[in-house]
Order: sequence, then structure tokens, then C-alpha cells
Amino acid sequence: MKLTGAQIVCECLVKEGVDVIFGILGGMILPLYDTLPQYPQLRHILVRHEQCAAHAADGYARATGRVGVCMATSGPGATNLVTGIANACLDSVPMVAITGQVPRTLIGKDAFQEIDTTGITLPITKHNYLVLDTNQLPEIMKEAFYLAKSGRPGPVLIDIPRDVQTEQVEFRYPSKITLPSYKPTLEGHPAQIKKAAKLINEAHQPLILAGRGVIISEGYDELRELAEKAQVPVVTTLLGISCFPESHVLSYGWLGMHGMAYANKAVNAADLIIAIGMRFDDRATGNVNSFAPDAQIIHIDIDPAEIGKNIRVDVPIVGDVRTVLNKLNKQVVPGGHIDWIQQLDDWRKEHPAVLIRETEELLPQFVIRKIYEVTQGEATIVTGVGQHQMWAAQHYWYDRPNTFISSGGLGTMGFGLPAAIGAKVGCPDSTVWCIDGDGSFQMTMQDLATIVQERLAVKIAILNNGYLGMVRQWQELFYQRRYVATPLSGPDFVKIGEAYGIPAVRVKRKEEVVPAIEQAMNSDGPFIIDFMIEPEENVFPMVPPGASLAEIIEEPRKEVVSWPRRSTS
Amino acid sequence: MATTKHILAALVMDRPGVLNRMVSLFRRRGFNIDSIAVGPSELANQSRMTIVVNGSPGMVEQLRKQLDKVVDVVKVLTISETSMVARELALIKVKATSATRSEVMQIVDIFRANIIDVAADSVTIEVTGDEDKVNSLINLLRGFGIKEAARTGYIAMSRGSQDAVQATEKPSEPASPS
Repeated sequence: MKLTGAQIVCECLVKEGVDVIFGILGGMILPLYDTLPQYPQLRHILVRHEQCAAHAADGYARATGRVGVCMATSGPGATNLVTGIANACLDSVPMVAITGQVPRTLIGKDAFQEIDTTGITLPITKHNYLVLDTNQLPEIMKEAFYLAKSGRPGPVLIDIPRDVQTEQVEFRYPSKITLPSYKPTLEGHPAQIKKAAKLINEAHQPLILAGRGVIISEGYDELRELAEKAQVPVVTTLLGISCFPESHVLSYGWLGMHGMAYANKAVNAADLIIAIGMRFDDRATGNVNSFAPDAQIIHIDIDPAEIGKNIRVDVPIVGDVRTVLNKLNKQVVPGGHIDWIQQLDDWRKEHPAVLIRETEELLPQFVIRKIYEVTQGEATIVTGVGQHQMWAAQHYWYDRPNTFISSGGLGTMGFGLPAAIGAKVGCPDSTVWCIDGDGSFQMTMQDLATIVQERLAVKIAILNNGYLGMVRQWQELFYQRRYVATPLSGPDFVKIGEAYGIPAVRVKRKEEVVPAIEQAMNSDGPFIIDFMIEPEENVFPMVPPGASLAEIIEEPRKEVVSWPRRSTS
Repeated sequence: MATTKHILAALVMDRPGVLNRMVSLFRRRGFNIDSIAVGPSELANQSRMTIVVNGSPGMVEQLRKQLDKVVDVVKVLTISETSMVARELALIKVKATSATRSEVMQIVDIFRANIIDVAADSVTIEVTGDEDKVNSLINLLRGFGIKEAARTGYIAMSRGSQDAVQATEKPSEPASPS
């Protein structure tokens, strides 16, 4: 049967089980869009900026575990996707991005809206394709989805010239793909697993560091079994939040720059680190030279290149987290570590990192805690990037798997709203809260229109402090309070809501917080709450950039403004 | 840590952009490459690359792993200097008048090099060998005046029946079980 390139793309999307595409059309992808009505099972969601198409596909992928799909035209459409693709790449999110390209005869001629899309996205994709032969389209589509979701997931881009979209060729869907150059290691080396089990069985002060790899492989039960069986405390990374129930007796929060003091202390004191599906990001480790000085390190990761990249590793295990843990758990003997766990509990009592101080002012931490209470911890929390992100990570408690969605590696301001759109589309029955800052929110708030057009009941909490708060905090602490370019005027977010047809309220006082959140929850559709929070509140604890985890600063004391300046790498 | 020369041998899919992918990776991750040589291999649709890099063993291992992640790279191995054969080819155009030409020819003979072009005031020499040999020849010829020199960089393979860089059906090996 002869089909056009555009029909082939749609056929393949359907065969891959895709049900939604986020995108914006334009001249060079018009034939593909023109074909969409023939495939009603493909729901297209029109966003207002291509960056949001990529972030929404990202949020959808994180929330559902399936491949997120975004689409854009050539030139500016493709370049606008770039931030979202990079974001997905750094956080290992499965995504397929489809871009239109100028006709083959015009490639290289600087044609209107021509840009070297595969060249630009080469370092930020797992792989990318420029389709020059329409006959190869089915194979490329299948490969792209396989690459995006297998091994260490990541974004794959397919750049399709317009005349490829319109050319008719015989369509045969490949039954299998042959990629001799790509074979992810899943099983884990038996000898290494044995070695790891021995170290775990002999350790006195073991600690699990669990990352997003646990969520990607859905190894929740296996992680829990390891922790409970061997009695090993669990600390997560920022992106590992919600991979282990935070109310569990063995849960000790998350580590890193704004992690809990007791979690960072535990890392420092451990004699064995079991790193699972995490990559020792510098925001997690602090100064690598003084990271976990007394510990041997077991590192389980599906990506061999992550092993030994940032931190020396004693026992590397390359494999899928869930598969490896399954095997490891069989060789681990029930453990005690009562003194060690007691020690951690003492530290937790001494360093109550997530205590909210009593004050008349409206504190952001208080707002987050109330959102937690009103939603009974059942919501999926999607954040932007900045102070609000850290407060949302610290003060909401995540017991349900995969309920915290945030931009980690790239730290992309503006991620919150579009990712919340994707999460809500992917999980329509979940309560989705977008917790954002006034700075972050203003980077992508044009997509409130998408929420309205698609009738998505996303609840939006803006922690409004009139600053680019996280940078202001750095200026306060490391640049002698020189607030250059951080004071931020914003629009009236209540009126913005009105303009888009979204109910919105402003909250200035503590007693208004709970009623507003309840009003949002009782409202059928989307809702915006503009929380006017204490403007110069800081995120603590904090490990100063470049410092070791042991140098954590815990208390929100105003006098700690004169730390020596450090390199702010 | 001491930096030494390492040779990576890679088998890659012969697809558009594969060299770009690898070079982009060197640049992006800050690896300094001494030389890179690419050409067809004995396998259809697959090319061999020989990459010479200066660095610590840890850095070279990280480079190898990163290269291995490139989807178009079938396999990449670090070849140890003791168990490989490596050669490069150089073309050297050197000034040679009637007075000096015979002396140049003698040196060429000693090095088992070839003269492949002769002009009134120069000869062009082709030499194959390891890096030391090519360096020595260039040094000797410098006195006569080198007008132009071009080198290919190493191509290399492991000796005899040792672990060849071939596409195999077995799963890729785990990361350095020590």
C-alpha cells in the first residue's frame, strides 16, 4: 500500500501507542498536520510556544513513563524546542521530537526557515535523524521510539523535509529493528552483584542513594525490599524524590545543596554508599573530593559512562535498576545496623531541616505544607526552577511513587506550567499542582491559553516574592547583597487569570492560605493562587557552591551574610 | 595523573554525520585529540576509526565509554601500545637542488621511504612508519628546508589473533569489572 511520508509518520505513531502530540505547526510541517485528521486516535494539543511543546511532552513522559511526543516546524519552531529537548536529555526523559524541514532540494541553501536542526540538537539528543529517503521513514520511526525509551532514556529527534512528507512510497512497518551498535546492558554482571552483596552484608553504616533511575525502571518495590531486608537507610537525590515513601521509617530525605542536613551528614558518615540510578551530579555531591570520605561505593546505573565519571567507584554494576536489585536482594542477608539508624534518628532530631518557623509573615514553606495537608499528599507536584522548587521538594512529603516532577539537570525556569500540562494530559485522574515562582512562571505563562483550550484542571500556586529569588539569595550570600537584575515586577496574576478565563485569587495572610487551596481543589477546572510571600526568605539548609556537604548551613540566620566568596561554579 | 598517549580503535556505522557526532563529542567533553583517521573497513557499511588521544587512563576510559554511547558507534576499544601495530603515512615536500638532491635521496633510502615527485627545486617524499620514525625523518630533512608536510595520523590494529574490533552479536561488555 502506498502512503505519503506524513501518513507513514502517523501510522508509526499509532503503532507505537502514541495518543497525544504537543506541538505548533508551520509551513514545513503542514503536510503532516494536514494528515492528522485521518488519525483521530492521535490527539494534538496546540501549545503557544514550542518550548512548551517539548516541556509538555517531557511532563507527560515523566508522569506516565511513556514516550512523550512533540512536533514543530523548521527553523524557529525547531530552535524553540531546543531548551525542552536539552532538559529531557539531562534528566533522561523518553521523548520523540518531530520537526519539519525545508524540501530536500533546498537543504543547504539557507532557504526560508531553514536551520541545521540535526546539527543543533546533536549534543542534546540521544540520537537524531534527518530523513532523506522516504523509504527509510518507518524504520527510523521505530528506531527512534526504541532508542528513546530503552536503556537510559532520552530525547530522539526526527527532522523530516516537507517533500518527504508528501512523497508516496510503499509502506511496510518493520517487524523488528537491527541496531548492531546499540545494546543496552540490563542484567548486571553476576560477579559484581555478588561483590556488592558482600559489601552490603559486611557494612556497618550503609546508605542508599536513590535517584531517578529507580523511577524510570519502576523499581520501587525492589528498592524498598533492599532497604527493609538489609535495614539500610535511604536518601534520595532531588530527582529521586518519590522513589521511596518519605514517611517510611528508613527514609532520610534527600541530599545535596538544599537537601536535609541529616541526609548530608549521613553521606559523610557512611562506610558504604549504594548509589542506585543516580549520577553524582555536582549539586548532589558538593565538592567531590570530600564526598563520602569514609565510604566504599557501589554504583548501579544503566549507563556505563556514568560510572566513574564524577566519583571513584568500588563496585560498578551496569544494568537496569529493577533487574539488578531483584538479583541483589536475593543475595543480601537481613541486617540490623541499629546503632547507625539510631545515629541518623538523633541527627534528624538535632537538625530538623524542614521546621517552619513561627511568624506572622506568609512563609513559602507554610504554603507548601498547607498544600500538602489539603491535598492529603495525594497530588502530583510539578515545579518550575528556583527557590519555590526547593521548598516544594522540602515541605511536601512524597509517599506515592513518581509524584514529584521537576527540572533537575538543566534547571530550566519555565518548566513548571507546560510540564504540568503534560502531566495532567497523561494522568487526567491525578490532582496536578504546578508550584511555581513568579519569575519562573512568567517565562511560559502564555500557555495558560493551552490549559483553557484543552480544559485541563491544573492547579497553579505562584509563590510570588517579587524577585528572581534563588539568584537573589546567592547575591545576598555571596555578592554582598548587590541585587543586580533580580528585583522583578510582575503582572497582576489574578487579572492574568481573569484574562485567560481562569479563576484566581491572591493570598496575603496566613489564614487565607487553606481556604484558597480548598477553593482551588473544589473548583472543577484550572485555578491560580497568587501567594504574596515574604520577599527575602531564603532556602535552607544550603551547602555553599563548591563546598563539601559537611559545610552545610542550616538555620535561616540573617547574620550569615558574610561567607567568604567562593567560586560559583 | 600522568598523561600518556592512548590509541582508540572504533568500528562505526558508515552513515552521514557519524564523524560529526564523534568530533562533536570530543569538543563538548573537552577531550584533546592528537589525530583521527577514518576509512572503510572490511565490513560493508562500517568504517574504522583510529583516534590518538593524550590523557590519563581514567580520562581515556571515560572517552571510550562516551564514544560507545554514540548510537552509530558499533564498538570502540582502547588498544594497548604493547600489543598493537600502528602506522602513519606522511608526505614531505623538501627543498632539493642539484647540490643537495643526492644527500636527500640517501636519507630517503635509509628510512625506506620513497620519492614520489621530483621538481627542479624540490622532491616529495612518502614515508610510512610509526610516529618516531616519521619524526626522525622530518627532523633530518628540516636542514634542507621543508616546504610542506602532511601526516595522516595513526591507523592501528591489535596484533595477531588478539581481540579484534569487530561487530559481534554478544551483548556489550559490562563496565570494567575489576
